[in-house]
Amino acid sequence: MSLWEYANPLKFLALSDRVLPWVSVLSGVCLVVGLIWGFFFTPEDYRMGSTVKIIYIHVPSALMAINAWFMMLVASLIWLIRRHHVSALAAKAAAPVGLVMTLIALITGAFWGQPMWGTWWAWDPRLTSFLILCLFYIGYIALWKAIENPDSAADLTSMLCIVGSVFAVLSRYAVNFWNQGLHQGASLSLDKEKNVADVFYQPLLFSIAGFVLLFFALVLIGTRSEIRFRRARALMARQGGL
Amino acid sequence: MITLLGRELKVAFRAGGGFGYALIFFFIIVLMLAFGIGPELGLLSKIAPGALWVCALLACLLSLDRLFSLDYEDGTLEQLALAPVPLETVVLAKVTAHWLTTGLPLALIAPVLGFFLGLPEQGFLWVFLSLLVGTPALSMIGAFGAALTIGLRRGGLLLSILVLPLYVPTLIFGAEVARRGAEGLAIGTPFALLSALSFGIFAFLSFASAAVLRINLR
Repeated sequence: MSLWEYANPLKFLALSDRVLPWVSVLSGVCLVVGLIWGFFFTPEDYRMGSTVKIIYIHVPSALMAINAWFMMLVASLIWLIRRHHVSALAAKAAAPVGLVMTLIALITGAFWGQPMWGTWWAWDPRLTSFLILCLFYIGYIALWKAIENPDSAADLTSMLCIVGSVFAVLSRYAVNFWNQGLHQGASLSLDKEKNVADVFYQPLLFSIAGFVLLFFALVLIGTRSEIRFRRARALMARQGGL
Repeated sequence: MITLLGRELKVAFRAGGGFGYALIFFFIIVLMLAFGIGPELGLLSKIAPGALWVCALLACLLSLDRLFSLDYEDGTLEQLALAPVPLETVVLAKVTAHWLTTGLPLALIAPVLGFFLGLPEQGFLWVFLSLLVGTPALSMIGAFGAALTIGLRRGGLLLSILVLPLYVPTLIFGAEVARRGAEGLAIGTPFALLSALSFGIFAFLSFASAAVLRINLR
């Protein structure tokens, strides 16, 4: 079994057909456990009160917003280098999910910022970077929609994704230079001894796992429907319908 | 490359080449900005460096769709791709010509428009220098966007959507240099970063633009 085998859409469909139900169910379970545990069975923070519970949506969606772009970058590179067809479609399917994750992170952040910082929006580096990331997603999706030939659309969007990644990193540092922020530092990192207090941390892990699996499931569904759409179009073209 | 550059410049200066539209647009939009903000010079002088940068950026943006599309439509670009020079060179020549006919004049006229906005005296030099150093990056990023949207009939708005987010780092550093210059602060760090960014973009994005053109010419 190798990744390259699944460049064959038939094999990919067969595999994803078996994987998808498990991923979906597992994602649902993790989300239900994480969110219900987080919302109803954790204490209130001594400073933030009940608003701390936004963390169970805010942090995972922000995490996925960045990782979705990263996944698109990897998928674009695989497409450009090895002409792995499913990879290009997976990148296409990931973009709307990433955009929605970015919007969720921004909106929940606004709801959190209002009581905590006294403002819905501040030109803080992290907030601004996310807004820029949102623009990158929109540009990427718009380019996919604009080009008719599917192969050159995949090529061009891959190039945009690669150049966009470089500029996204540049923007991140430029924005840091531009303004100092209100936002706290990284909430989670692997090399830290202790991240968030344990009571909040355990349900958060469930919720993050749920978001990751949800992203995975949505990308699988998107890729599958894209493959089917292409097949339907090819069939119609063969029958002289188009 | 010199021949190509000469050709591009000749085309740009001939009648109908559109030379000067960007400048006039720049002039008008600065005036519009003053009408929008109000005639209070104190406020205008405070926003002048950033405003000049944003207006120059818009003027540059609007001149982009002509960069490749005319040559693409009449087949010149395909001939250039077949010519015994690499496509990267063609891109560099075209972008240099675009900069000479758009970015450089914009940088030259920006201090003059600074008068209208009440830019402080020490700011003139830095507005000029920051635009001089920053506009090559704007032209090159724009060329990348123009190459992406070359085959599309209604590429204009899409081009803006693609290119504007890419302009963010250049704009931040450029406007920062201009602002600090106008306020008489030290400009060393942002100016160094702006120059590094601009030259880096100019060098690397020519390859990306050429690759995109090859995909579109396929």
